[in-house]
Amino acid sequence: MFHAPLVFARWLCLSLISLTLFACAKPSLDSINAMTFCSESNPGSFNPQLDTSSTTADASAHQIYDRLLEFNPSNGLIEPGLASSWLVSEDGLTYTFQLRRGVQFHTTPYFTPTRTFNADDVIFSIDRWRNSFHPYHDVGGGNYPYFDSLNLSERIKSVERINGYRVEITLYIPDSSFLANLATDFSVILSEEYAITLMADGRPADLDRFPIGTGPYKFREFRQNQHIRFERHADYFLPTTGPQQLVFDITAKGSLRMAKLITGECDAVAFASQSDLAVIEEREDLTLLEKPGLNVGFWAFNTSKPPFDNPNVRRALALAIDKTSLLDAVYLGQATRAKSLVPSASWAYQANAKELGYNPVRARELLDQEGVPFNFTMNVWAMPVQRAYNPNAMKMAQLIKSYLADVGINVNIVSYDWNIFRENLRMGLHDSVLIGWNADNGDPDNFYRPLLTCDAIPSGTNRAMWCNPQYDALVEQALLIDDFDARTLIYHQANTLLFEEMPLVPIAHAFQYQALRSEIKNMQINPFGGIRFDSVERQAQ
Amino acid sequence: MKLFIRYLNLMVVTIFILIVLSFFLPFLFPGDLLTNISGIVAQSADQRTALEQVYKLDQSIFHQFIFYIESLLNSNWGVSTNDQSNLYQEVSLAFPATLELVGYALLVSIIIGIPIGFISGLKNHNPFDFSVVTFSMVGYSFPVFWLALIFITIFCLQLEWLPISGRIDLLFDVPVETGFILLDIARSDIPNKPDAYLDALHHLILPTASVAIVTTALFIRFTRRSIMDVMDKGYIIAAKSRGFTQRQIFFKHGLKNALLPILPILALQISTLITNVMIIETIFSWPGIGRWLIQAIYQQDYPAIRIGMLIVSLFVMAMTITIEFITRAMNPARERAESAAV
Repeated sequence: MFHAPLVFARWLCLSLISLTLFACAKPSLDSINAMTFCSESNPGSFNPQLDTSSTTADASAHQIYDRLLEFNPSNGLIEPGLASSWLVSEDGLTYTFQLRRGVQFHTTPYFTPTRTFNADDVIFSIDRWRNSFHPYHDVGGGNYPYFDSLNLSERIKSVERINGYRVEITLYIPDSSFLANLATDFSVILSEEYAITLMADGRPADLDRFPIGTGPYKFREFRQNQHIRFERHADYFLPTTGPQQLVFDITAKGSLRMAKLITGECDAVAFASQSDLAVIEEREDLTLLEKPGLNVGFWAFNTSKPPFDNPNVRRALALAIDKTSLLDAVYLGQATRAKSLVPSASWAYQANAKELGYNPVRARELLDQEGVPFNFTMNVWAMPVQRAYNPNAMKMAQLIKSYLADVGINVNIVSYDWNIFRENLRMGLHDSVLIGWNADNGDPDNFYRPLLTCDAIPSGTNRAMWCNPQYDALVEQALLIDDFDARTLIYHQANTLLFEEMPLVPIAHAFQYQALRSEIKNMQINPFGGIRFDSVERQAQ
Repeated sequence: MKLFIRYLNLMVVTIFILIVLSFFLPFLFPGDLLTNISGIVAQSADQRTALEQVYKLDQSIFHQFIFYIESLLNSNWGVSTNDQSNLYQEVSLAFPATLELVGYALLVSIIIGIPIGFISGLKNHNPFDFSVVTFSMVGYSFPVFWLALIFITIFCLQLEWLPISGRIDLLFDVPVETGFILLDIARSDIPNKPDAYLDALHHLILPTASVAIVTTALFIRFTRRSIMDVMDKGYIIAAKSRGFTQRQIFFKHGLKNALLPILPILALQISTLITNVMIIETIFSWPGIGRWLIQAIYQQDYPAIRIGMLIVSLFVMAMTITIEFITRAMNPARERAESAAV
């Protein structure tokens, strides 16, 4: 008799059973001291001097590099970094930094340092963005958006070496936010020795692609759209508990990052979406960290284009939208209403700042008065990526479209790929844009200056293309004073000016979130920029 | 021998046509021709002239074509517009991953599909046969991407048995040597090999299953049809009347004759299989050529698109022609009747 079917059926059953058993046998990762962070995009480079995007900062600022000074992530105070101490002269013009001795740079397959960190590295790192004749200035494009937006290179008179471990920086005019700027993600310290070696080899661009720093992690490998690998820097000058291996799994889709967090393929994810927050809080195996963020989401008008060059038109548009419902619909209640640029977490916050309410009738009157016709068409650019300060710009744009339709204005919603979007914004091709700003340091100057001063137009952070000498003077004046109360008063004057001119409509200050697996301990939200892993621990299950 | 030369000739001509087509692609893409070809955005006039000389854009189209073929042969495939990565390296990393998935899916389909097809064909019109026919019809009708998403929902998100993405957990630091993950684990000197194997196999299950179900269903249907036809043939009835057992008849006469018509179908399925694998790669973030190519298309990375298309089409073409050749060589009877139709 022919028994093949029976034999085969038995065989099939057996293999199915073994497959199921096998599927249940989870491979153990406990033996590996490592963690995976699912990031949202490819970093532009591995040097945060060149890029203000938070993706770049996450991937490099606190992994590969250190700064002279650091922000304490819990209270925002400035603490020693590579500089063990510093001194500010009486007139506020000269800063002297005493550098730490014996700090090792990374030893990697592509570079072996022969000396430890010293004053030359500091001078090289600052001169690279400061001095446009520096041999490395144009390597990587010659754009240093953060420093350019603050016009910082014009403020520094000299950076000098006093001895191997002492550096003196002299300014032209006092700048009370200068130390804070040196502690931002962008003020990283590069290796001068590595730069010289690369220049001699004729491949200077590798400085930003195969980075060498002093930070807690060494760069190992980057594959576009796939992953970045880091390895712990064994000779790091501070004690660290971070994992031996750190992997950034580049996962562009938010839903997929969330799914991978659930399956445990990610230990922590970037930008958990607002709608997933409830799920994360419910699950025992996931943790949600929360902190009021130093950010602002806003609607900026391109003031270089008529009719948006007219403050009354801008005020009319601001009157036409109902911020409260935007907050409910877009931030799902995870944000506070923004009255001006800085959030309540900052010492310069003004609780009684003037604010325009929702008044479509008045809006139409103003538009008529300024001669903006019924059925006028404008475009609203909605940024294509999710950020804490605006988790869903597209949805917000649609709401704004419906509000503006009520006052007889047609809206075209525009969006591009993120890099092209920012490039086109910089060229001022927009009528108005929904975007925002995440602070890099606790100083209010970090909101007022890069967002709206004249110098910030070419560097591409002034989305309103707004240039007002009176405003610039106020912002300048605030830097000359060290006293917090006096500075606060000046910023309040700036707020009043912004209320009258309305170059942008502040919408919300969002909370910051970090979603992670519960076995990951000691992770902290860093409100001053990039994510940090140096003290993170994985608890064995 | 004559047959071999004929197929070789066919292969060479097709390769040539593919290369010519891919050579002209950058002329059809929008944007700057030099960037489309080289992947480098010239920063200065000097650099531009230098690049034009390298790519022989200052010479006739014939010289450019010769240069293109030379650089293809020298593995000098240019760089990606996006991140200036070496395309040869990228493809040699991504392609084995795709081959791996295609290989396993094909293997699973053959191991499961052909025996089931035989069984249900031999004992047709019983409950087992009906359920197999139903299953294969349903399996064949599923869109792969939908199936993959259902699998993810059930096995990854609900049961949390299997991972969603990649070939192996990134924490296993397996150096890439061959590009085939299981081989690479075997050659590596990582401390926890058993875990790494287990993890890699876990990652394989869902992508392989999603691709294999469609192909398996197809194999079942063809095998079943084929064995039913063969068992009705005169020589089987003759064998029966000579007193052979069912088993003897099947293994002596049925098996080979039923398998012969299946091979050319396999050849036809290669391109469908590759297409499905490319979709599956995107869903499961499998780092293969399909995902790579789709990323390149998103980012309008023309040099990468050109090379990716060329490699995939070369592979499909080479596989198809090779299988055709084997079929023909095994079955000379088809020689005369179908020699005109390839």
